[in-house]
Amino acid sequence: MAALLSLDGVNAGYGSFAALFDVSLDVEHGEAVGVVGPNGAGKTTLMRVISGLLPPRSGRIVLEGESLAGAPAYRVAAAGIAHVPENRRLFPRLTVEENLRMGAYLPAARRAFAERVAWVYELFPRLKERRQQVAGTLSGGEQQMVAIGRALMSKPKLLLMDEPSAGLAPLVVEQVFELVKRIRAEGFTVLIVEQNVRQVLAVVDRAYLLETGRIKLAGTSAALKQNSVIQQSYLGL
Amino acid sequence: MDIYLLEAIINGLLLGGVLALLSLGLNLIFGVIDVVWICYAEVVMAAMYAVFWLYAEWHWPLLLACVAAIAFATVLGMLVHIIVIKPILGSAPINQLLATGGLLFFLQSLATLLFGTDFRNLGIRLPVLELGGIFISFSRLIAFGVALIGAVGLYLFLARTYLGTAIRAIAQDREVMGLMGANERGIYILTSAIGGGLAGLAACLLVLQYDVHPFIGLTFGPITFMVCVLGGLGNMIGGFIAAFVISQIIAVGGYYFPIEAAEVLAFVFFIVMILIRPQGFLGK
Repeated sequence: MAALLSLDGVNAGYGSFAALFDVSLDVEHGEAVGVVGPNGAGKTTLMRVISGLLPPRSGRIVLEGESLAGAPAYRVAAAGIAHVPENRRLFPRLTVEENLRMGAYLPAARRAFAERVAWVYELFPRLKERRQQVAGTLSGGEQQMVAIGRALMSKPKLLLMDEPSAGLAPLVVEQVFELVKRIRAEGFTVLIVEQNVRQVLAVVDRAYLLETGRIKLAGTSAALKQNSVIQQSYLGL
Repeated sequence: MDIYLLEAIINGLLLGGVLALLSLGLNLIFGVIDVVWICYAEVVMAAMYAVFWLYAEWHWPLLLACVAAIAFATVLGMLVHIIVIKPILGSAPINQLLATGGLLFFLQSLATLLFGTDFRNLGIRLPVLELGGIFISFSRLIAFGVALIGAVGLYLFLARTYLGTAIRAIAQDREVMGLMGANERGIYILTSAIGGGLAGLAACLLVLQYDVHPFIGLTFGPITFMVCVLGGLGNMIGGFIAAFVISQIIAVGGYYFPIEAAEVLAFVFFIVMILIRPQGFLGK
């Protein structure tokens, strides 16, 4: 069976600065895939290129046979990719529920809003308690729940998560990775970008190592945990 | 309290209503689209001509003429966006100011060409109310009431409806709204239509009090900008408050000094406030 998402030879950058070089990767249906690497490796650029926020300079991006390279973000969203952006990027002066409402912008999701919001509240009971609270006043962990819940409202074929643990306290980081496991258990396909290598390898099936804009390694989580480069540079073993 | 001072305060409050309505439209457009319509007051001028023409020349009932003028301004708002703003959305702010400033002169000149420079009025003289020695013009009272209803209507639309929420959301994070699946183009056109409609409503209220001529926009355009900047450009609540502050300064200042001096006073207050608080009352 063909991959759900496949990138082939993607190059991208900003102005005269090139950030991604010939990146190819696949995500199969039902998989959780990680992209790990240091700060500045191009992980966020990769997410932005996939979700249409940054057009690639060359290369192919295909979701279930549909070419998305260069498509604007709203079309990528309509094709079934939801993006939990870096730093969560909630609508800070909207309430929790209004944020979720915006997550259900696409026509099918808007029609099914009542049912979907009930489902998200079931996944994250805390959000139900805070539904009328303005999102900007939530704690970091709660904001991450809203950001994930907002992305799930469209029931995406593929969920992109950009550094979900960034800027959170260690205990909250644990909780966020628990959330990722729960989302997986719901049957979602996830592509997650993280600096937090140890924890992300515990929740994904496979991962890619991205360094200075190039894919340096790829393999199953179990294999990468045994890899000497990963062990020395990222796991501190 | 001196009864004339009280009258000045009441008149200032009434003036503030229309000013607040104007600032809401301009702030809405700026907050969502991030472009300042220098020509906003000229859209009001065009709609004032529409009321005048339909009522005084074609003898439509006044209410119908007003509704038609609001519809006209709504369409004009959409056209301003589609023809002038959309092609320059990514341009430097100075170019956007030049483009909408150019539109200002275009609309003024077009009005001069079509209608000449005569001052025109509807020929309606609404009564002046007397309440315990205080004189209040009925047209101002209507303008104040309708402006407040318009403001409340806009608030309810933005707070309670799906599209209103989307408009607030895109003003907070344009890029993420794309990730939600929203094509910003549609939201921008809707916002421009609402901004135009508010200008049309303000025009209906102003045409009851003032004569129409091609340069009427210069009478309240600059003061509308002042109000918006003072409140925090793009901040609708800040602009709403600033409208009443400025109108009180003009009204109460006009009680103690000649009216021209009162306007100078308002501008001095504006300049001092901008030096102290450049981001405006409620700006970030």
